[in-house]
Amino acid sequence: MGGYSISDLWSILVMQGFSGLSLFSVLLLMALGLAIIFGQMGVINMAHGEFMTIGAYTIYMFSKVTEQYFPSLMPYYFVVAIFAAFGFAFAAGYLVEYLLIRHLYKRPLDTLLATWGLSLIMQQIFRTVFGAREVSATLPDWLMGSWKPTPDIDIPLNGLFVMAISIVVTAAVVLFLYRSSWGLKVRATTQNRVMAGSVGINTRKVDRVTFAVGCGIAGIAGATFTTIASTGPTSGSLYIVDTFLVVVFGGAGSVIGTVSSAFSIAQAQSILTFFLTNAMGKVVTLLTIIIILMMRPEGLFTSKVRK
Amino acid sequence: MFKKMPVVPAGCSAEPVSKTSFLPMHKKLTLAVTGALFIACAGSSFGAAPPTDKVDTTHLAVTDTEVTVGQLHSSTGTMAISETGAIEAEKLAIGQINAMGGVLGRKIKLIQEDGASDWPTFAEKAKKLLEENHVAAIFGCWTSASRKAVLPVLERDNGLLYYPTFYEGLEQSKNVVYTGQEATQQVFAGLDWVAKTKNAKTFYLIGSDYIWPRTTMKLARKYIETVLHGSVVGEEYAALGSTDFGSTINKIRLKKPDVIYAAVVGGSNVSWFKQLKAAGITGKDHTLLTLSVTEDEANGIGGENLVGFYSAMKYFQSLDTPRNKEFVKQFKAKWGADAPIGDVTQAGYEGPWIWKAAVEKAGSFDTDKVAKAEESGQISFDAPEGMVYLEPNHHLKTRLRIGEWRTDGQADIVYTSDYIMPNPFPTGY
Repeated sequence: MGGYSISDLWSILVMQGFSGLSLFSVLLLMALGLAIIFGQMGVINMAHGEFMTIGAYTIYMFSKVTEQYFPSLMPYYFVVAIFAAFGFAFAAGYLVEYLLIRHLYKRPLDTLLATWGLSLIMQQIFRTVFGAREVSATLPDWLMGSWKPTPDIDIPLNGLFVMAISIVVTAAVVLFLYRSSWGLKVRATTQNRVMAGSVGINTRKVDRVTFAVGCGIAGIAGATFTTIASTGPTSGSLYIVDTFLVVVFGGAGSVIGTVSSAFSIAQAQSILTFFLTNAMGKVVTLLTIIIILMMRPEGLFTSKVRK
Repeated sequence: MFKKMPVVPAGCSAEPVSKTSFLPMHKKLTLAVTGALFIACAGSSFGAAPPTDKVDTTHLAVTDTEVTVGQLHSSTGTMAISETGAIEAEKLAIGQINAMGGVLGRKIKLIQEDGASDWPTFAEKAKKLLEENHVAAIFGCWTSASRKAVLPVLERDNGLLYYPTFYEGLEQSKNVVYTGQEATQQVFAGLDWVAKTKNAKTFYLIGSDYIWPRTTMKLARKYIETVLHGSVVGEEYAALGSTDFGSTINKIRLKKPDVIYAAVVGGSNVSWFKQLKAAGITGKDHTLLTLSVTEDEANGIGGENLVGFYSAMKYFQSLDTPRNKEFVKQFKAKWGADAPIGDVTQAGYEGPWIWKAAVEKAGSFDTDKVAKAEESGQISFDAPEGMVYLEPNHHLKTRLRIGEWRTDGQADIVYTSDYIMPNPFPTGY
């Protein structure tokens, strides 16, 4: 790297480090919802991306309504909209579990097909309701631009925002799973469904809420990603591969696994992309993951579940 | 030409003729007989429209009053975002042609098929349109991949395709008319402009990872190095659908190129511009010229993320001519005031009109005769973008424009080139 001054290299190092962290929070946020559903229930939810899209369109609708009727509230609508995104995706997830998923618990391969079909149906619904073209929510000013600690360093504000949201959501998920009575029931159901049922836990209800919470988190992720990516009927499908990668690599059923898997994939990808080309960075990352998965088929962290 | 007389001649029934177009090949003999009978009848008297067996000798879906054409775009799937504009524009053009009396006195009937963003489906639907519906022409395809999938079908069944997208070139088929620009038309004049006005010497090339950006960037690199005597300080391709540009943006900051030359497409495009803006790279202090942002994309990216950046296109909605204003008004009246009109949408609008001109010059719907008319070098159309001329190599002679994006998702046209001859097979590249 000849020909660059020390301060140049230093600021690039800082920004590159941040870009790795920012990718980490993106991956974490998309994977959390799926990790809960896949890890706790064993359901492969191919429509995960579409629940993210619900969140993204929620932001879009709120931005349009606010712009039209309450322009003075523009700086604040985003916060309210994120909660609404969780609400809509939660409700949609609750409904989907009731109508579709609960009939398929004994047939895991069929859930894969059914949720894939569901994802296509949802995409077409988005297309019919919002149109095929991509839309763009008007973001509040405080989410735009960059923070300049020194003249050479630009830290993207939307990156900071995604990071903050993903910390909050991760903390909430950990609290939910390990510190609440609901979490206790969820974990009991995961570990031994029959036994959990026999001690009086309504496992059906647990399933439904778990699925809905997972979908709700996907909604938050989708809402947050409107600051960095596109909003269109098929936007969700952009994330689904990476999401599964993080969950499978981390090991199903462990929040720690999801966090560390998101972190290692993000850092590897971000650093390799910097020194190699974009495509090669991705290739090397994926190859490494495949090799590690060959050695540890259960992923980085495994939870001990009675089978 | 033909005298104005009743369409159905007295004493002669036109009925067998209207049936002919749908008959399978093995009934050729019967056809020949009825055809001969009809000619005997028609010789003495016929209506405003030329007789069907004169304008159609290859069993296309042509009747005395109607000609059937196909439309083959993705209205579902990931490409629906981009192809919607072309679908709307082609329908508008067909509606207007019908209102003017149609082509060779026949109204255009449209059969719309959905390629569903899936290339084998495109080939299958093209086959259906040509072999079952016997359409006289197809308006469709958007990606190069879909066009390449349809091409063998077109050539085997001898169909006609009017393709609206700007693309990488290196193709020419008697069965296709390319109403978008090929790479040399879009790349060279734009690079000339940016080198001159911005005094640019160093370029950073970035595109999505597939055939169009790669071929286009190959041309761009060669042109920058040999003609402009500048240098390419980075060349990078992001996977289709990639949403993370952090590392790429940092590389760009480190290399400090005079110009960022971009051809990122689809959902990635939105991420790319949002992240550029967030990283403090804006039109204020950086020059970015892109080949893949039209008004359609600007809508999704958000004007505030694009402001001050440049696009190289042959058409912008803001083009200030009476012809374009009329077109914009008609388009909005049909598809809503919010519908953006991008480069490909306008090129899609040209398709049916070019076909009409070629059919009328040929005096026939037969593919071979239409293709010959198209190669005559005498087909032109007063398009919203200005006069366009169909060259014998099946591409249009057009101008290139550079637009500077505003916050409202429209572009100010800051440069218009002279007419550029299409050259799909540039030598030395």
